[in-house]
Amino acid sequence: MSDDYILEMRDITKTFPGVRALDNVNFRVRRGEIHALVGENGAGKSTLMKVLSGLYPAGSYEGEIVVDGETMSFAGIRQSEAAGIAVIYQELALVSLMNVAENIFLGNEITSGAAIDWAKSYARASELLAQVHLDVNPRVPVQKLGIGAQQLVEIAKALFKNARILVLDEPTAALNESESENLLNIIRKLRDDGVTCIYISHKLEEVKSIADSITVLRDGKTIETRHPSEGEEVTEAQIISMMVGRELTERFPRVEHTAGETVLEVRDWTVYDPERADRKVIDNISFDVRKGEILGIAGLMGAGRTELAMSIFGAYGARRSGTVTLEGKKLTINEPSDAIETGISYVTEDRKEKGLVLNMDIIKNSTLASHFRVASNGVLNKLEEILEAREYTTQLQVKMSSLEQITRNLSGGNQQKVVLSKWLMTKPKVLLLDEPTRGIDVGAKFEIYNIMNRLVEEGVGIVMISSELPEIVGITDRILVMQEGRLVGSQDWREATQESIMHMATGGR
Amino acid sequence: MSDQERTFKSIVADQLSHNMKQYAMFIALLAVWVLFTILTNGTFLTSRNITNLFLQASHIAILAVGMVLVIVAGHIDLSVGSLMGFIGAIAAVLQVNFGWPTLPVILVAMAVGVLIGLWQGYWVAYRGIPAFIVTLAGMTIFRGGIIAVTQGATIAPLQESFRAIGQGYLPRILNPEARTGFHEVSAVLAGLFILAYVIRQIANRRKRVQYGFDVLPARIEALRITLVGVLIAAFFGTLVFYRGIPWVVVVILALTLFYSFLTQNTVFGRQVYALGGNKEAARLSGINIRRRTLMIFVSMGFLSAVAGIVFTARLNAASAQAGTLVELDTIAATIIGGTSTLGGVGTVFGAIIGALLMASVNNGMSLMNLSSDVQMIVRGAILLLAVWFDIASRRSQN
Ligand SMILES: Nc1ncnc2c1ncn2[C@@H]1O[C@H](COP(=O)(O)OP(=O)(O)OP(=O)(O)O)[C@@H](O)[C@H]1O
Ligand SMILES: [Mg+2]
Repeated sequence: MSDDYILEMRDITKTFPGVRALDNVNFRVRRGEIHALVGENGAGKSTLMKVLSGLYPAGSYEGEIVVDGETMSFAGIRQSEAAGIAVIYQELALVSLMNVAENIFLGNEITSGAAIDWAKSYARASELLAQVHLDVNPRVPVQKLGIGAQQLVEIAKALFKNARILVLDEPTAALNESESENLLNIIRKLRDDGVTCIYISHKLEEVKSIADSITVLRDGKTIETRHPSEGEEVTEAQIISMMVGRELTERFPRVEHTAGETVLEVRDWTVYDPERADRKVIDNISFDVRKGEILGIAGLMGAGRTELAMSIFGAYGARRSGTVTLEGKKLTINEPSDAIETGISYVTEDRKEKGLVLNMDIIKNSTLASHFRVASNGVLNKLEEILEAREYTTQLQVKMSSLEQITRNLSGGNQQKVVLSKWLMTKPKVLLLDEPTRGIDVGAKFEIYNIMNRLVEEGVGIVMISSELPEIVGITDRILVMQEGRLVGSQDWREATQESIMHMATGGR
Repeated sequence: MSDQERTFKSIVADQLSHNMKQYAMFIALLAVWVLFTILTNGTFLTSRNITNLFLQASHIAILAVGMVLVIVAGHIDLSVGSLMGFIGAIAAVLQVNFGWPTLPVILVAMAVGVLIGLWQGYWVAYRGIPAFIVTLAGMTIFRGGIIAVTQGATIAPLQESFRAIGQGYLPRILNPEARTGFHEVSAVLAGLFILAYVIRQIANRRKRVQYGFDVLPARIEALRITLVGVLIAAFFGTLVFYRGIPWVVVVILALTLFYSFLTQNTVFGRQVYALGGNKEAARLSGINIRRRTLMIFVSMGFLSAVAGIVFTARLNAASAQAGTLVELDTIAATIIGGTSTLGGVGTVFGAIIGALLMASVNNGMSLMNLSSDVQMIVRGAILLLAVWFDIASRRSQN
């Protein structure tokens, strides 16, 4: 029974110009299990799944894929889908203007004759949505749904295609705790219904709680597969050391900071929705950021944390009132460039949509917000650019084949590091970080915390928005909690616990 | 030895497959030339015709240089043909009807181009109207403008000094009276140009090695530089042994160098590529999208003026039809030259090659005496093919 493999990938090798992304990888998945695939950024997880799905067609890699004992060679996604394999990628692929049902059936419409049979479609969509415990009307446009719900729509779509092997690439990266928990439960249920799941995540707590088997990849090689479901002991520390190849004793490098004078002062900050002029997205918020401290901002999705940061940065909101003061000077910030010039930088939460120019290389992306530094009289100094880019990408240990690699081809976590490089290069006085460690592996997270500590040491004031409570509690000095556009609480790190913050964020419910 | 041989082959193959798009445009150009040489029994490839061809490509090349920025930024300009004709008409009327000397005419024409660029750019950048609507309106407005200015008549002839811009050649020093034959001034210029190219390539390579970047093996690099050098020499050679380098070619070379520098070495250029690649990321990086967009259209207006002057000078006349369908040639040239319709990608040099290709097609078809209906169908089909090739090749990349 336990040797009943639904999927075997044998000796898979996949190279890109200058990189061997997969090096003789062996990966075996048992029928009906949840199999976690973990590894550092750039270890090759996503690449392995792209090989599996036929996105990289047979012939573009070496090795063998065996599904149910049968050797497969997929020329494209259609074939792998026909074999019962569905992959939900790191970046969701829904059409945001179409409704839920249209998305579920996109490309596989239920028809009667030549026309789409809408009655049947909506009925079937409701069934599928019930299967993933998503209680929404299938006629709602997808863009009205939160990311968590969109994720479930993707799964419903996969179920409709009769997926027997469901691959989820970092599905919870953008979800908050309760959404994640909900998703994990649904995955467990799907397993009980006989769907085999391959689960990629950097959140090791989740991996531990859900996985029947765990395979670790490092530098494109399989390190080991373990089976907690058979009572094999696997601790987080063990997974981490397999991932990074060394011991990592602590997750959060706690350093005592001595906060200095106030650097950023926000008073009575109110921001209205650009689409509905009477709705306040941010409602009368006041807070200070001091030199040399990390201020955490916690809250549920939709609490207005991103809007708060974006509006201070000059990138959001048509109508704003209140004041922002930097080092005693009142600021008028209408455009991001105003903010960058005065010393406020904002690291966006969504690296692909808002962070990177994907068809540009690492050098050009990393200097994008610092042209004033690497140019004189409007002419770029390319040597200067290279040196700056090299300095910051080395600090952040970006894994790349060369500084001239196109950022589209970087792994998700390394893309995030390039975005961080870009903003560190502006040498800000206040750094607003929006989910800075989303999709980043433990080792790299640790690096980023160290860098934050170092910046704070140098006198930078840091504001970190995060949905990961352990991180908020583990690294910040002070925590503000937001709910529905208002500030509802504030705690020192010594008294804060994940529970106390959650309690405030949900309004004590 | 055989091992070395294999790596040599594999490196060349690797280069070819990774720069497929660039080679594709040269291959297409070559194919068009071979085809027309055969179809015209060799007339196409005579020195005389090739020189003509370069002259005929000039206004497309000038416009395509500006169109690169427009399309890279994710916009389009449908008005360039009409605008070019309009400005040419203004210039002709000022000189022919009002007797203005050449220099003030040129200055006024350029000022008009810049002003119209500001006007169109304002609507796109600050009023958020899609560029294709703004410039579609412009296309009609300027066509109307031409008729208003010329009263439907052909305005001619222009002064000698004005005509020289479009049909004149660099002067001869050794033998000032000769019309054709070896042109020593051009030869010297061409030699200097090739020398500059080789030195720059070598300097670039040194720098890359110094920064620790990948470079081609020395042998292959030498081969590449030699090949390109020979191509440039062949290009100038046809001119040098006929009537010399035309003034327009000098204008185009200057514009190409300037715009290459602008796109690759200036903050402005970098920011245009960034906003074309990802507008939101560019905005959040502090790039002033509106101002950049405005400047792109100002540059397009300016180049439309230059093209208008050159075009009018070559024909020695302005007419109500001037510049019809030139927007099509320009956009096709830009896309054939590797500029992506999806934005964010494109080179000035590629656009020049694209312009040469479009001009070759037009020239060859005229030599064959094809009727204008056939010519229009072919030009339209080429645009469609070029865009399809662009989109298909980008899809296969991702
Ligand atoms: N199209 C490509 N061209 C060149 N290199 C690539 C390409 N796709 C991936 N790579 C490289 O292959 C390696 C593996 O990338 P992959 O995306 O599989 O990592 P990952 O394990 O999914 O990382 P993450 O956790 O950050 O998402 C990386 O070094 C990446 O730079
Ligand atoms: Mg990945």
